Amino acid sequence: MTDDLNDLKAALDAATPAPDPDKRAAHLRLAEENFDKLQESARPARPTSGRFQKGMQMIFKGLTTRGALTLTTAFVAVGVVVATPFGQDLLFRDNGLTQPEGVELSSVPSKTAAADVVVDSVVEDAAQAIDSSIRPRSRDDEIIAEAPPEPEVSSLVAEAVDDSVPEEFQQSTAPNGSFVGAESEVSSGGGIQITGSAEMGLAGGRRTYDSTSQQPSGANSHSEFNSLTSSHDGALDWAMTQDDQIAPTADSGADAPPPNIYARPFELDENVIVSPAPSPAPPPFIPLGELESVPEVVDTEAFPEAIPSDLKITAEEPVSTFSIDVDTAGYSVVRSSLMAGRMPPKGAVRVEEMINYFPYDYAAPEGDAPFLTSIQVGVSPWNSDRKLVHIGLQGAQVTDRPPLNLVFLIDTSGSMNSANKLPLLKQSFRLMLSELRPQDQVSIVTYAGSAGQVLEATSASERGTILTALDKLSAGGSTAGQAGLQQAYSVAESMASEGEVTRVILATDGDFNVGISNPDALKNYIADKRETGVYLSVLGFGRGNLDDATMQALAQNGNGQAAYIDTLSEAQKVLVDQLTGALFPIANDVKIQVEFNPAEVAEYRLLGYETRALRRKDFNNDKVDAGEIGAGHTVTAIYEVTPVGSPAVLNDPLRYQQVSRDEGSEELGFLKLRYKAPGQDVSQLIQTPLVDGEALDSEARFAAAIAGFAQLLRDEDAYLGDWGYDQAIELALGARGDDPFGYRSEAIKLMRLAQSLDQ
Amino acid sequence: MLFGVVRWIGRFFIRYDNFFQGLTNGARPIEVMRMTVSDEDLAQAAANGDKQAFSSLLNRHYDRLFRLAFRLTGQQAEAEDLTQDICAALPAKLRNYRGEAKFSTWVYRVTVNAAHDRRRRRATYMKASDGWGDWEVNRQAALSESAAQLDWLQRAMNSLSDDLRDTLALILDDVTHAEAAEILGISAGTISWRISEAKKHLRQLKEEEEQV
Repeated sequence: MTDDLNDLKAALDAATPAPDPDKRAAHLRLAEENFDKLQESARPARPTSGRFQKGMQMIFKGLTTRGALTLTTAFVAVGVVVATPFGQDLLFRDNGLTQPEGVELSSVPSKTAAADVVVDSVVEDAAQAIDSSIRPRSRDDEIIAEAPPEPEVSSLVAEAVDDSVPEEFQQSTAPNGSFVGAESEVSSGGGIQITGSAEMGLAGGRRTYDSTSQQPSGANSHSEFNSLTSSHDGALDWAMTQDDQIAPTADSGADAPPPNIYARPFELDENVIVSPAPSPAPPPFIPLGELESVPEVVDTEAFPEAIPSDLKITAEEPVSTFSIDVDTAGYSVVRSSLMAGRMPPKGAVRVEEMINYFPYDYAAPEGDAPFLTSIQVGVSPWNSDRKLVHIGLQGAQVTDRPPLNLVFLIDTSGSMNSANKLPLLKQSFRLMLSELRPQDQVSIVTYAGSAGQVLEATSASERGTILTALDKLSAGGSTAGQAGLQQAYSVAESMASEGEVTRVILATDGDFNVGISNPDALKNYIADKRETGVYLSVLGFGRGNLDDATMQALAQNGNGQAAYIDTLSEAQKVLVDQLTGALFPIANDVKIQVEFNPAEVAEYRLLGYETRALRRKDFNNDKVDAGEIGAGHTVTAIYEVTPVGSPAVLNDPLRYQQVSRDEGSEELGFLKLRYKAPGQDVSQLIQTPLVDGEALDSEARFAAAIAGFAQLLRDEDAYLGDWGYDQAIELALGARGDDPFGYRSEAIKLMRLAQSLDQ
Repeated sequence: MLFGVVRWIGRFFIRYDNFFQGLTNGARPIEVMRMTVSDEDLAQAAANGDKQAFSSLLNRHYDRLFRLAFRLTGQQAEAEDLTQDICAALPAKLRNYRGEAKFSTWVYRVTVNAAHDRRRRRATYMKASDGWGDWEVNRQAALSESAAQLDWLQRAMNSLSDDLRDTLALILDDVTHAEAAEILGISAGTISWRISEAKKHLRQLKEEEEQV
């Protein structure tokens, strides 16, 4: 550079003023506002009501809970009194008014028969008809499904109708919340309010998170309302929805300890607020995640909310039951957040998924056994007065794998149109294709607006054909998730034959926004299809509107695995390195039950698995679905236990409760494990005692480091004491081992990142 | 009734709790992020609808954008308007960011293009006053020491064509020739040629001054 230029540079530098702070702030604000506007215009379905309107709605919602509710229910009661001379027929016809024409639903006198009559197509018709008629007017508003009446209210109603109502109806009114819809309001922009039974129909067709999942097996007079979203009988229904148990139900309270979890997938997208279910002891109100709480929300990611498993007192609750979980999405989401320089949303951090992301070198099973459990007990890294019980499952490697039928169900909606979604997806599948064998078959179904099969079932050896079909995919339109799934399953069923493994691989950014996008309806559909032996894996791509809750629910119900793919190396891990594990299940419905010995263990705590908790009695019930384990998979569960007499015991022993102690045994507890061989309906049992030990090996120590890291990310440091990121890094470094793929080194890098972000 | 109201208020606070917290410590993560995350990752996240990423990204680049805007226009008010235009349009533009170029390069290109647009619009109704520099400000600064230097800067910049001025604005902002070429959408050779042209002009200007 010459002197002239240098002079000019110096002069320019001197002349350049600093930006005016006020202007700067105003410009940044303007940019953010425009950013918000853009997000909203890109997603027209999202309500755009002002905060004032929202506030007013909340006020009304708050006000209606008691007084108005009593009033409206009284009206309903009066209506019922009037209706009785005409019998239940009239009652049902009244409800039937909300059904679209041509749906044969009315005048079904028997309660249980009603549920059976309604078939899937009706579900869709009803939902869509209602959807289309309601949407245009109500898009600016929230549709709120409120909590059902308090017990006192229902009993009040029961009293009111006492004299004149047939006994049958009374029974169905009072107990377990058949008035779920009674309070739900659909208030449209024009101020139209529909109340009473019509509402139930609307809420039922439109979106009923609660009604299906809260419904215990007992049917009631409103069962046709429930059947709008669920075409299954009660028992199965319960089995399918138990994974995201909303709350302990009335009938479970007596013989089983109510599940301590409170997991609730919520979906911001539709702005539906769902309140807790009725229960004998209402669960505490849980602050919803920030996604739901902040009005000016930008992205529409949804993560299941789950209360962390709490410390249990062995004397009171000696048995802990859960389903295994081989999902890895939790870790990938955490990684993608941290890499983007933010702490992950707490709901996204699932301890068990973080732990199970990593392969561990456990002892492999011998002979025909599908897996081997290895148990270690050692001092807890964050509290030397406690111990960690480390349960590791190693799945057998499959040497001679059966032919595979894969249906790629690819989301090609407009939202997939960014570098880390559809293009990454194509690259990932290209990677995976090279792992398949000639006898494997591949088909591609896409969904966007309308679903369509892009590639007929093709042998994996015809690489060219498959790659061309993949390359032709382009993103555009909205997401008809349901139609896509239906088509994918029908293609899968046509490909399936004896001795082959058939699997639908759903690749999406989690945005199901057309058709029946009710997660419950989707779940029910998938759970139904599970019976046909088709597995479902869910691969999540991209951030922004990742609906983790739905992804989780789909994979859990579809006998599959949810993984989140943020980079090509993650695709390599999931689809190439661990392909056999991801695609070849070696044991289905694997459940673990641990009974702790009160003579040895005063308190215990399961790390993670909140969304996988099972009721005690579900362990032996083969109808209850649980997680699958794939070839070569490792699954790890960690309990933190406090030995009797340890200074770390938090709960004092009770004075009047005598704990019977089997002094002779030195076992910490007893592990029971149930699994089904693929294709079988009857489970097998494995039992092992938990014996005290002193040290954990490096695999277990690394798992412990990750568990600690996950708890730090969730801000659950109540049990960790002074143990922080430094100690986590140190522990993980010491236990890194071989780490041939670099997964563990990456985890340590993430710990360092989190440490610098979380200050 | 009373119970309902109390419950509602409680709920309101619980529901908006995170929001309130966000208000109080919203600025904190940005500082940390500055060191850890690449612009490109943030831009990608922002393009996918991540508001926090967008905010921190813009925060990070605002000062440089403004500086470039000033160098392109020569007037503070004009630079502010230009920056405002860019801020307003950036969310939509970001959707087209495909991560092919460095984010700083990309955003500079956006700035240069916006400056060109503005210049074209101005040209239609303000042909006479087109040029580089802020006469008003300079007249006020006439008494200060730097007056002479500013005066020279202004004359120098005004003696250059728009193309040469834009190129200098970038090159003198420590942008490499290759990057400047990418930003302006021309070849690196053209950049070099423009620089030598600019030098020629400056030398000529100096000679004229010395003669006077």
